[in-house]
Amino acid sequence: MDHSIELMDVYKRFGDTEVLQRMNLAIKDKEFLTLLGPSGCGKTTTLRLIAGFETPTDGKILLHGEDVSRVPAHKRSVNTVFQKYALFTHMNVFENIAFGLRIKKRPENEIKERVHEMLRLVNLKGFENRRTDSLSGGQQQRIAIARALVNEPDVLLLDEPLGALDLKLRQGMQRELKRIQESVGITFVYVTHEQEEALTMSDTVVVMNEGRIQQIGTPIDIYNEPENAFVADFIGESNIIDGVMPDDFRVVFSGREFICVDKGFAKNEAVDVVVRPEDIEISAPEHGMLKGRVSSVVFKGVHYEMMVDTGDFTYMIHSIVERKEGDTVGLSIIPEYIHIMRKTHVS
Amino acid sequence: MYPKRTAYPYYLYLAIFIIVPLLLVLYFAFTTSGGQLSLTNFDRFLTSQYLGILWSSIRIALLSTVLCLLIGYPIAWIIANSPLRAKSTLLLLMVIPMWMNFLLRTYAWMTILSRNGLLNQLLGFLGLGQTDIMFTETAVLLGMVYNFLPFMVLPIYSVLEKMDKSVLEAARDLGADSKTVFRKVIFPLSLPGVISGIMMVFIPAISTFEISLLLGGNKVNLIGNVIEQQFKVTGDWHFGSAMSTILMAMMILAMLVTGRVEGSREGGGLF
Repeated sequence: MDHSIELMDVYKRFGDTEVLQRMNLAIKDKEFLTLLGPSGCGKTTTLRLIAGFETPTDGKILLHGEDVSRVPAHKRSVNTVFQKYALFTHMNVFENIAFGLRIKKRPENEIKERVHEMLRLVNLKGFENRRTDSLSGGQQQRIAIARALVNEPDVLLLDEPLGALDLKLRQGMQRELKRIQESVGITFVYVTHEQEEALTMSDTVVVMNEGRIQQIGTPIDIYNEPENAFVADFIGESNIIDGVMPDDFRVVFSGREFICVDKGFAKNEAVDVVVRPEDIEISAPEHGMLKGRVSSVVFKGVHYEMMVDTGDFTYMIHSIVERKEGDTVGLSIIPEYIHIMRKTHVS
Repeated sequence: MYPKRTAYPYYLYLAIFIIVPLLLVLYFAFTTSGGQLSLTNFDRFLTSQYLGILWSSIRIALLSTVLCLLIGYPIAWIIANSPLRAKSTLLLLMVIPMWMNFLLRTYAWMTILSRNGLLNQLLGFLGLGQTDIMFTETAVLLGMVYNFLPFMVLPIYSVLEKMDKSVLEAARDLGADSKTVFRKVIFPLSLPGVISGIMMVFIPAISTFEISLLLGGNKVNLIGNVIEQQFKVTGDWHFGSAMSTILMAMMILAMLVTGRVEGSREGGGLF
């Protein structure tokens, strides 16, 4: 079987609240897939449906081709890493990791061996007898990962597992998770609202909003070729400008016509034009395609974030060249950086 | 760190209402009626029939504690897992009887259990004959369980209520069915509440004299009754104080033991 998990027409409702709208998703074996979206988009519900903590109102969930929609959580070969670790505080580290094996009544020497193997995997050798509350957040999360992986699940589900960690630790853990996933070679389904996390670790990113999948693709696809204005806005920063396509490869916005690389729109169709802040070049006013005044400048470390008002739109621009507030500047965008999207909503 | 000045009234309160009476009890316990320092009161206790009464008091107190636990844990569980609305109603129902005077509630049981009481009328109506449990150990146990049950339910409820649901989900996720989740996770995590509940029931149960007086008549004599008699009937304050001291020492011991069992575990109960 090529797919480890398939969601077929999955619909979920809590009372009158529709959380998932007919979701279809096939997750490949051994891939690192991330469900990305703002809070309330249905990503955690999707994960809980796969784990078995919720049952779909309608539709089917297949695990390796087998319908598990009604199978309770404790009978699924899927394990979960929770946002706040959810360790058993009345047990030491060893017993926490051994929990699943003890329930399966594995022989003691096998349990010992497997727990030690897991502790090596998460770089916490020698922590067997520690109490869980004597560990740092990062260490607790590693124990939670070891506790799940020791059961050799087909799929590991991770529900914003790094949400409670500080930035530096989070970046370390991202690399660590990727390494663990590659070394155990199973499917990881990861839920987050942090686009950077999704782009760093995933093979596939699923962007969700309001219970619907907005786009499925590799991190590079999602970033470079967002399918609609929501994705463009959610992944990284974007300027989203109202425009009109008079013809293929031509688009009008901010009062002039630009050459672009998109085609296949109706004549004079109203579109969303998306331009990344780092794709706009600043020049002398007379050399730019557009002219505007710098209304604010913020230093961001690697670059300056400048807002440039062209009269009809305020562009956000990331540049390593600093301009002063009040300067008049020229803006240029090359055709490849102009992304045209169909309007998703009636405006 | 030095205590704040605002704490002084509390020290005064402590001194007048706790330290001084305690010292007085100790003074009476370790002196004779002549005012001489002596251990005769304790000697008398250890060689008398009162030792047997102490043992039967301990037995009844333990029995009622166990019954409270067996009845109270499921109640706490049901309340903690009820929807929010039902939860506050159930809690209120649990607490309302406590607003009524304790003696009044026990008198109510007398009218229920007595020979021509409600219970026998009901049994007669159903054609099941009569029972005569008034003035028996059963009646005393019933009174204790009824009166002390909320003290078992509330601390257990508060621990169950606070329990992180994701920990229970984690256990299910790792392959535990409902029974195993309870046995390996919920119950061990609720132990602080259980221990609080046990202490809160056992201590009043071993020292009560009203319940045994009203529902046990003169047939069930507990250590509390004996102490009461020393003060109110016999007038031997010294012997009464000595028995109170022994009872206190036992409670301190019980608390130390349960505290040790509990260890340095994160407390969720009241002790």
